[in-house]
This record gives sequence, C-alpha cells and structure tokens, in this order.
Amino acid sequence: MDLSFNAEERAFQDEVRGFIAENLTEEMKRATALTPSVFSDPDVGMAWQRALHSRGWGAPGWPVEYGGPDWTPAQRWIFETECARAGVPNVNVMGVKMVGPVIIGFGSPEQKNFYLPRILSGEDYWCQGYSEPGSGSDLSSLKTRAVRDGDDYIINGTKIWTTHAHHANRMFALVRTSDGPRQQDGISFILIDMKTPGITTRPILTIGGDHEVNQVFFDDVRVPVANRVGEEGKGWTYGKYLLEFERGAGIASAKLREGLKAIADLAESDLTGRAIDSPDIATRISEVEVDIDALEMTELRVLSALQTGQNPGAVSSILKLRNSEIRQAVTRLGADVIGHDALAVEPMRPLYKLNHEPPIPEEMLTVMPEYLNGRAYTIFGGTSEIQRDIIAKMMLGI
Amino acid sequence: MDLNLSDEQKLLRESAERFVAESYDAEHRRKMANDPLGFSPAVWKQFAELGWLALPLPEEFGGLGGGAVDIGILMEAFGRGLVSEPYVATVVLGAALIERCGTIEQKQASLPKVADGSLKLALAHSERAARFDLAKVATSANKTGQGWRLSGSKIAVLDGHAADEIIVSAHIHDHRGPSGRIGLFLVQATTPGLVISDYPRLGGGRACNIELCDARLPEDALLGDGSDALPAIEWAVDRAMAALGAEAVGIMQTLLDTTLDYTKIRKQFGRPLSANQVIRHRLADMAMQVDEARSMALRAALKADSAPVERARAASGAKAKIGKCARFVGEQSIQLHGGMGVTEELEVGAYFKRLVAFDTLFGGSAHHYARHAELGRRAISA
Repeated sequence: MDLSFNAEERAFQDEVRGFIAENLTEEMKRATALTPSVFSDPDVGMAWQRALHSRGWGAPGWPVEYGGPDWTPAQRWIFETECARAGVPNVNVMGVKMVGPVIIGFGSPEQKNFYLPRILSGEDYWCQGYSEPGSGSDLSSLKTRAVRDGDDYIINGTKIWTTHAHHANRMFALVRTSDGPRQQDGISFILIDMKTPGITTRPILTIGGDHEVNQVFFDDVRVPVANRVGEEGKGWTYGKYLLEFERGAGIASAKLREGLKAIADLAESDLTGRAIDSPDIATRISEVEVDIDALEMTELRVLSALQTGQNPGAVSSILKLRNSEIRQAVTRLGADVIGHDALAVEPMRPLYKLNHEPPIPEEMLTVMPEYLNGRAYTIFGGTSEIQRDIIAKMMLGI
Repeated sequence: MDLNLSDEQKLLRESAERFVAESYDAEHRRKMANDPLGFSPAVWKQFAELGWLALPLPEEFGGLGGGAVDIGILMEAFGRGLVSEPYVATVVLGAALIERCGTIEQKQASLPKVADGSLKLALAHSERAARFDLAKVATSANKTGQGWRLSGSKIAVLDGHAADEIIVSAHIHDHRGPSGRIGLFLVQATTPGLVISDYPRLGGGRACNIELCDARLPEDALLGDGSDALPAIEWAVDRAMAALGAEAVGIMQTLLDTTLDYTKIRKQFGRPLSANQVIRHRLADMAMQVDEARSMALRAALKADSAPVERARAASGAKAKIGKCARFVGEQSIQLHGGMGVTEELEVGAYFKRLVAFDTLFGGSAHHYARHAELGRRAISA
C-alpha cells in the first residue's frame, strides 16, 4: 500500500498544473471564488470547458472513441484535485457528466454524432428535466406527458429545480409516454430544444439570494420522436444509470478541503478578529478537516479498487451523503466564523461584478449565501433520507 | 497510489480472521474475563508460532520487517474476536520503543525474545496528574554511583501485570539536578521497590497501577544514550493509537453485523425491527461510521512513519474520529438490542465496553481534536 504517486503520476500532475497555470485567468478565479452557486455562470464555465476541450480534456469520464482522454482512475483523481486546488470554474455537469454518458450508452449513432461534439466544445448548454412539483424523491411518479402525434411527441406538464434552465439551449427530460403496471414503466428519456414554442421558464430564487434553479412549463411542445434516447418506456433505466453518475462522482474531498481552507484563512485573519483563537472554532475546524480526511481515504479506497477492476459496491451513496453533509458543515462553520458580518445581505448578482462597495469584505461575501443555498446539498440528487434507504438496501440487505 | 492489499497482506488477513473465528468464541472470552491473567499463554504461544509477534520487528532481530498497515490488518481481526492478549503492550509499544531508543545490545537482548514469545513488555508512562499530556512526567530517575533510583507512580499501565519487563518513563536527574530530559528505563518485574496493583480492564484484559519507591536499577537499564525520549514516546503512542483504531474497526464491524442480524430476526408489532425505516436509517448510519473509521485507521497506519507533525495529526485525527464513531456504533448497538443489550447475557456489552476503553485510552475525542487543531496551527505558523 502506498499513498504517494509514482513517477508517471507525478509527471501527469505537473502537466495538469502547467495546463491550469496557462489557462486559468485571474478573472476566472475571482469569478469562481465569488459565485455562491453550485455552477459557475455559463460565460465563465464554458470558457473553461473550451480550454479543457482544446487540450483534449473536455470529458474525462468518456471512452476514447468519443473524445475521452483515456485516464486511469489515479489520473482522474490528480486532475480533479489539482483543479480544486487552483480554484477552476465549476462547469455545469449536465452536459459532460450527465446527458453525455446516457447518449454514449443508449443513444443512436445520429444522436452521438450530433450531440457529443457539441457537449465537448461547450456549444450546447444542457439542463435536466427530472423533478416535478409533485415528484421529488418519488421521481418515477412524474406526470409530464408526451403523446405521440405522427413523427412528434406533444409534451405537456412542468419540471422544477431545473438548474440553469434560463441559460440552457437544451434539456434532457424524463416524460411519461404510457401508463404501465408500475409507475417506473412508460417513462421515456427525451432531448428537448429549449427554443421550441410552448416552453416557458420561471425563475426560482433560493434563500441565499441566487437565481440558479427554475420551473419550466410545457404547453403543447412538439418534439421529434427522433429526439428520444433508447427505447420508448425505458427512460427510467437510463435515468437511474445517470443518477448513479450524479452520486458516484467520487472525487469531492479536494474541493471540500479548499472550501475549508478558505474558512480557516478567514478564521486566522483580523477580518474576523481571529476567530480561530476561540478553542471552539479551532476544534470545529479540526473536526471538519478530519471528516474530509476520512472521505478522502474512502474515495482513494474506491479508486484503488477501480484501478484493479474491482467493483467498489454501493459506496457511492456513502460518498454522496458524506460529501453533502460535510459541505454543509463547512458552510455552517463559515457562517459562525464571520460573526456579525453574517448579518449583511448583498442582494446584487453576480458578486464579482458589483458596481458598488459591498457591506462586508469581499472574502466574506459568499459565506452566507453558500451556507443558505447549501441546505440544498442534502436534498438534490436524492435526499439524505433516500441515500440512507439505498445504503440499507444495497449494503445491508434490509 | 495504491490502497489494495498485497497478496501477503491478504494472506495475513485471512489467517488472522480464521484464527480468531476458530479459537476465540464466546466461551473463551467468558473464561478470560474471569481469568487472573486475563489472557491465554497458549494463545500467546500460537501468536509467536504464526509470526505475529515478530511481524513489525526488524529482520536482523528475528522480525519480519512488517509495517503499521500489517499491524492494522492483524488488529482489526483481533477486534472482531475481542482478543485480550497483550499484543499492543508488548509488540506495538514495548518492542517498538526498544527498537527505536535501545542500544544494539539492548535490542539484541530483547527483540528476538519478543519475537519468540518468551518476553512480554509493557509501557508505564501515564501519571494521574498528567491526564493525557505525554510530556508531563513527575516520576524521577536519580543517577547514583551504581546505576539509577526510580521513584513515582504510574497509572493505566496496559498488561503490566503480565510483563517480564516494564518500560518506565522518568525525568532524568544527574548530579547537577533535573536534566529536562525524559528517559525510558527497562525495569524487571521482580525489581525490589516496584509494586504492581492490577485490575480487570474495561472491555477485557487487565491493566495496573504501579508504584516505584527508590527502585534500584543497573546503569544499563536506561534505554539508549539518555537523550530525551519524549519524541519516541509520542511516536510509539501515535502508532499504538493507529493499531487500536484498527482494532476498534473490527469491534464495530462485529457489532454492526450482530445488530443487523438481530433486527432481522426480532419481531415486534408483527414484523421484523428492520422493516422500520427509523431502524434501517440507524443501521445505515452505523455502517457509514464503520466505513469512515476504517478509512481513518488505514490513514493513520499509512502515515505512521511520516514526519512527526503529519504523523501526529493523522493519529490524533483518527483517534478522535474513530472514538466518536465507536461511541455511536456501540451505543446504538445496545439501543437496537433493547433491554437485552444492557445485560451481560449478550456479548454486545463486552464489545461496547472495549470501544469505550479505546475511546478513553491515551485521551478521548475532545483531547485529540484539540491536539489536532494545536498541531495544525503550529504547522501553519512554522
């Protein structure tokens, strides 16, 4: 057993560092640090995606024939870790990490040829149409309906929590094409052009003051049948496959560590009257750091298993659960560290383009929005309660 | 970067798990709980034959040259069966300190005997007034013309009653007075002036308090050249915490397995306990904490030979986190067993008590989170 990297891996690490040094601008870094949402705004995120793509690194998880870089799990670990350390933009994952793998796994040759290059280059910007107002954790109870009419489906219904729907030109959605014996039957996976007539988007403001999610309405929206991925009625299978990608991203500890470091820096600074001098704060920083250490080791154990072709098992739910809980612990700590400055609300967005002096130092501006918006970490992508159900069922057999 | 077990490590794990499953059953544990020695000399002999006592010792002194990860593999298996043999006292603490501090003669005299099972050791370091501060030692060692005279009191000495030699820490006083250095002294169990009062230890095995009243030791009782032994003590205790952490993981895994089985069988209101979501989620949390503890024990072992601050932070982080997980898993195991969990009729309580002992030994979670924080700040300001 060995925690250190071998010579090849170290060379790759240098390569990644070199790439980041060359391509990550100060503007991108500042915009990323001052964005209290899950994803960077599209202009920032897609600029980074284009840089990655031009280096051949646009889709680390994809097979080589579709433009993946053919990295080992260790290389992916190094890449993600270096990106987190450097503070690169948080590219919207809906394209590369979500719909991409489904199209690769289940799409037609025409769909692959058309969509995959546009995902890689950042030409298309995707959003996800899964949840509905009446279907949260019980996703397969969804009611948005697609009725066949010649070579088209006519779609009616509504989707909610649609991240960046107001930026996206495409949506992948789960819609009901028939009613089967089980509610999971009769669901189809469909790709929708957001410019299609009949689609309207309503912004939803989250409690941190950010517009990241939306509700999307469909009124007699015509979508070609050719836009369906895979078989009609098999969408639940494809959607579940994708949710596993969403949960099992598997390399989250590096980002958590950077988040904690930012809070620890604030705690060590005169801006907070050196919050760290309170033994309570110092100990809590250590508690969170140790939790990150544990998560990192679990990620590395999974990675090692993957390297030798072993199946790591139902651990992706553990990773999702711990990642979301620790992210919340980091933001909660941040809210406590900044003390009275937690009272200040800066409503303008984006925070990196304010045209006035903010009420508190810039280093603190994202702390409260991140804490408040961060309550969603344990809700999206399957709530913590759902994850515990999965752990009980898959790991413990109950 | 590779965290997969080597073929040798897989064999070690298999043989340790098999040994524990075959020779360490409930009846054996009950017998040991009432045994004045607290462990079985026959089992100790088998440990020697299996090469486990030699495992981490250097090859030139009859050892197998294994590392902290290997010890962890063994300890996790020990935890599953609640093994009570004095492995940590003799091998992980005692032999390691002799290896690190001793002269070549001292190593030659002791280490091969540890490996073949003929020498048992213990470390007497903790003192009542020091609480968990390893640097605080009131016991004194005065240099005389013939050797040394040791006086002082030590508490919570693991397996000291069974040790042939006890390694005692003491402040070195030479003819000019206190030297400011802590020395480690090899004290024969039969030394006049040494009084051992042993007691049954929480969770199995035994521990003791010892009194030293002007105990006379020969000149060569001092390990090594008399340079300050505090860094070595910190090193050895950090390694012991990593080993005990792995043992705690084995204990927690057994408790999880046992509790899971019980909730499937036990019926209330006409259905198994495990049919209730509140129970399933509790078990999911327990499983998650066992997994986190496993990660932390492995991490501490992998960093057991890193630079002191990195090693110490990994050890304290693991000790704190595993302690917290251990309390949760142990307490919830009892909770889910209901009233029977609080009785001596089931073994859940025995496993739980060993976890509580783990959490307390060398300082609980609060102490180690604080040490972790303090070391982190020192690392930043350095």
